Amino acid sequence: MSDEALIVLENVNKWFGPLHVLNDVSLSVARGEVVVVIGPSGSGKSTLCRSINRLEPINSGTITFDGKPLPAEGKALARLRSEVGMVFQSFNLFAHKTILQNVMLGPIKVRKEKSVEVRERAMSLLDRVGIGNQAEKYPAQLSGGQQQRVAIARALAMQPKALLFDEPTSALDPEMVGEVLDVMTSLAREGMTMVVVTHEMGFARHAANRVVFMADGQLVEQAAPAEFFANPKSDRAKDFLSKILTH
Amino acid sequence: MDVFSDSYNLDVYVTGFLWILKLTASATVCAVVLGVLLAAMRVSPVPVLRGFGTAWVNIFRNTPLTLIIFFCYFGLYSTLGVTLSDDLELNNYWLGVLGLSIYTAAFVCEAIRSGINTVPAGQAEAARAIGMTFRQTLSLIVLPQAGRAVVAPLGSILIALCKNATIVGTIGLMESSNAMKELINSNGNAVFTIFFVFAGTFAVVLIPTGYGFGWLANRLAVKR
Repeated sequence: MSDEALIVLENVNKWFGPLHVLNDVSLSVARGEVVVVIGPSGSGKSTLCRSINRLEPINSGTITFDGKPLPAEGKALARLRSEVGMVFQSFNLFAHKTILQNVMLGPIKVRKEKSVEVRERAMSLLDRVGIGNQAEKYPAQLSGGQQQRVAIARALAMQPKALLFDEPTSALDPEMVGEVLDVMTSLAREGMTMVVVTHEMGFARHAANRVVFMADGQLVEQAAPAEFFANPKSDRAKDFLSKILTH
Repeated sequence: MDVFSDSYNLDVYVTGFLWILKLTASATVCAVVLGVLLAAMRVSPVPVLRGFGTAWVNIFRNTPLTLIIFFCYFGLYSTLGVTLSDDLELNNYWLGVLGLSIYTAAFVCEAIRSGINTVPAGQAEAARAIGMTFRQTLSLIVLPQAGRAVVAPLGSILIALCKNATIVGTIGLMESSNAMKELINSNGNAVFTIFFVFAGTFAVVLIPTGYGFGWLANRLAVKR
């Protein structure tokens, strides 16, 4: 992890109608840093995550990625998105394509890379996430945990500068959460820049460099995980932790 | 069945149905291409294109096909002098294809658009998230899944198109309904035979077509 910032949000505001989902949020993520965003439902964590690759446009403030402000639309925005991988809560694998095609599609169609080279890289990524032997199957034939690991491989195939995870384990059966978190943990160890919205406090504790706590659209508190979980400073964070850590 | 043992009558019958087949084939290709384009316009972020697609559907879906075919003949050909072929018969044929395509494309567009609505929003989001442009997202991810979802309704539209092709008879093409009229005029004693043979031919071809599309719809369905 270096001190150089890769993702910078400054005074970002966003409204859904009258609802102020992001209230003057400023956040900087360094290259190689793993930032875990936690907070109660409706606190704006997912919106924050989705605004970084402009799946959600913001109303005011600035977001810069790798030194450049986010393009508003068109080819420039598509190019930026190809450098920021995204993993969704509901996997969103392309239902009409095989697992291998899902991983290969981006590099071939977006980056115009050669199919032979991409296939090799895709297979090694699938092997890495433990799905190599299912490459010819369709998404619906895989379990949720397997689909989510494919989604991670699909994002990695673009060789992104950063990965965004929007509640990647929230739609999974409990016994499948571990296999996805294992992959994420190993990525974090290898120095991938990651912004992870999650309710997995275990992952936050052992894999994050920094925990960011959000409530009511505001970034309330941020600290190293050990510090945050041992001594939360704000009342909102204390309240939140007391609710989730007592069971 | 004596009517059809006469070689001239048989020729009228066969020629009539060959025109129907040709009209259906050409108009299917044109209407599907046009319909997909119109559907793409209707979901595009460009307001002008959306307006154009919506206007097309509202105008042509709500105008009788007979009027559209008449307009192609009397408006485009007779008045404006639009000629699609030097051969008079072929000219009528292509004017017919034009009218059928314009009309059917409106229905194809709406079928495809309802298919687009069956594709979960997450599919397009994932496509955009790996850097696909609007066009790539639509052509590689959304339309292939939308198309598979509407194979059965597209089959119904195709069957309707095949039967609608008889309307081109009104601008002089000797397709099956005109052929039937001619045979009835000259064989007044065999009206029922002629009628049932013509109707039966449509049914014999179109019933399996319907089942074929049903089978195809199952086979191509996207598993979620």
